[in-house]
Amino acid sequence: MGRYILKRLWHTVYVAVGISIISFFFIHLSGDPVMLMLPPDASHAEVEALREQLGFNDPLPVQYWRFASHAVRGDLGTSLYHRVPAIDLIFERLPASLELAGAAMLIALVVSIPLGIVSAVKRGSFWDVSSMLGALFGLSMPHFWLGIMMILLFSVHLGWLPTSGRGTLAHLIMPSLALGLSLMAMFARLTRSVMLEVLSQDYVRTARAKGLREQWVIGKHALKNALIPLVTVAGMQFGFLIGGTVIIETVFAWPGVGRLVVQAIFSRDYPLVQAAVLVLAVLFVLINLITDLVYLYLDPQISYLEAK
Amino acid sequence: MLSITDLVIGFHTPRGTIHAVDGVSLSLDEGEVLGVVGESGCGKSVLALSVLGLLPQPPAFVAGGKILFRDQDLLKLPGDAWRRLRGNAIGMIFQEPMTALNPVFTVGNQLMEVFRVHRNLGRAEALRESVEMLAKVGVPAPERRVKEYPYQLSGGMRQRVMIAMALACNPDLLLADEPTTALDVSIQAQILELMIALKEDMGTAIMLITHDLGVVAEMTQRVAVMYTGRIMEEASTVTLFDNPLHPYTLGLMGAIPRADATFETEALTEIQGVVPGLGNLPPGCHFAPRCPRVMDVCRTEVPPLVAVAPDHRVACWAVTHG
Ligand SMILES: Nc1ncnc2c1ncn2[C@@H]1O[C@H](COP(=O)(O)OP(=O)(O)OP(=O)(O)O)[C@@H](O)[C@H]1O
Ligand SMILES: [Mg+2]
Repeated sequence: MGRYILKRLWHTVYVAVGISIISFFFIHLSGDPVMLMLPPDASHAEVEALREQLGFNDPLPVQYWRFASHAVRGDLGTSLYHRVPAIDLIFERLPASLELAGAAMLIALVVSIPLGIVSAVKRGSFWDVSSMLGALFGLSMPHFWLGIMMILLFSVHLGWLPTSGRGTLAHLIMPSLALGLSLMAMFARLTRSVMLEVLSQDYVRTARAKGLREQWVIGKHALKNALIPLVTVAGMQFGFLIGGTVIIETVFAWPGVGRLVVQAIFSRDYPLVQAAVLVLAVLFVLINLITDLVYLYLDPQISYLEAK
Repeated sequence: MLSITDLVIGFHTPRGTIHAVDGVSLSLDEGEVLGVVGESGCGKSVLALSVLGLLPQPPAFVAGGKILFRDQDLLKLPGDAWRRLRGNAIGMIFQEPMTALNPVFTVGNQLMEVFRVHRNLGRAEALRESVEMLAKVGVPAPERRVKEYPYQLSGGMRQRVMIAMALACNPDLLLADEPTTALDVSIQAQILELMIALKEDMGTAIMLITHDLGVVAEMTQRVAVMYTGRIMEEASTVTLFDNPLHPYTLGLMGAIPRADATFETEALTEIQGVVPGLGNLPPGCHFAPRCPRVMDVCRTEVPPLVAVAPDHRVACWAVTHG
């Protein structure tokens, strides 16, 4: 087990190197920020001087090497716009994004799994049909629209919740709901279909033949098997959530990484974009690792095969 | 002890309603071994599952009849009372040992549940009983096996675990649905011997469902021959093999010349034609289209199951009126 984790962590290094190379070249192919950093009436000589000073005239591999050799020492460069180390900016914003993504994921799972199970067990019932219709609705509603509607209703009209910003639990409610609703809908549908599949398996019949209570048959024998695909999808979605909160972060003025990166892209703040892409990629891989560890716990046969 | 009367089990299918069990009457005495034989799809599993109340409803439904177990009508029993009989007074072994155990729990975990739910044992005691039960069904190193997962066990070992589960609470009745069909020939014999030994030890009555007339001859005291949801002939095993009357039974008998051949692979060469689908059965005797002794009445009237001797019943116009 320990060996497996170490091996996986070592793989993270490969991913980091690969991602940094690819993103480095793409970002630099899109032009440089010098024109944006100087006043519009700057002379050609001034532009060239700044280029030279920032190292943009060197060949790309040389520039990458300079970036990478600093990066291994933990220095991911200085933000051109904010003029502080990029890594500091990112780590300052990361907790907010993790909090938002985590809350959205939690709400989504806590609501959708019981919903999906009941729908599968009471298949075709009024409950099943109405919750699956609700899920379809949730899936097709755009995040930003939902966010704005919620602000209008709960903040402007009723005055129950703050419109924006981060701080108290009350601040977290609307953004995480707006972000988590479509996930919730997706997981509810997924849980239902996985559960239907599992409930028709022979081992569920065996569990019933033992005289176990139906709640026990479903909550133990069926659910643990159903969780295997659910965990896989949840892990993948969580990775996307962290990077993909831009819209919600904007609507609710949530101080997260997503907004930081988008601003950095618009201002051609290379070092910051580069650093953020790298940090998010590593985070993505780590979440994948955690997902796989949960997976190992759920499916004994996998851990056996991995150990070999 | 078990008495099934005129049981009809239907299925709602996209192509209309079919009757997988169509008026079956059967009974089992204490400690008796009854064989139920018949070709694939004739309703043997459905019959066994209906006794446990494990048919998926829908699509299955009970269209009529009674299942008396120890003088209580199971079909009228409240769900929870029926549940308490399962795994306790009535055990079941399934056809497919490879998929019948839950892949994500250890063998011990799954076996302990039976003791915990029916005997209210704590963890430690349930574990001790489970190890003992595994030893009883011939699983080597049971203390280690309880910690293993199903994928670590061979088919034969899994079926032993299933038997241990089914017999854990010392049931009065064991429903064994083709317990050896999916196993290697050498393992089949071992499992059957084990079942006989345990039955003698515990006095359990067994309904043994099988394709294999060789197994029937060896293990059972009485046999019912089923065809498309109906019983065609029923007799003590000795009588049936000495004096088979129904043309279908004769067909089956003719199909077991070799000791190692299961009836299914051979039967179709002996009996003309194929089993008709349950959706388009003939109005009279279901076997009429394939029967060498078919008469006019067979095509229009259903032959009743008639006693031709005290321990011998046949449903065939040719035998009773021919
Ligand atoms: N879930 C179901 N839905 C619809 N029809 C079913 C279902 N289960 C069984 N049947 C019908 O019941 C009939 C009898 O099935 P059953 O499984 O009892 O056969 P069997 O005698 O056990 O065959 P085998 O020897 O292959 O196990 C089948 O032909 C099938 O048409
Ligand atoms: Mg069957």
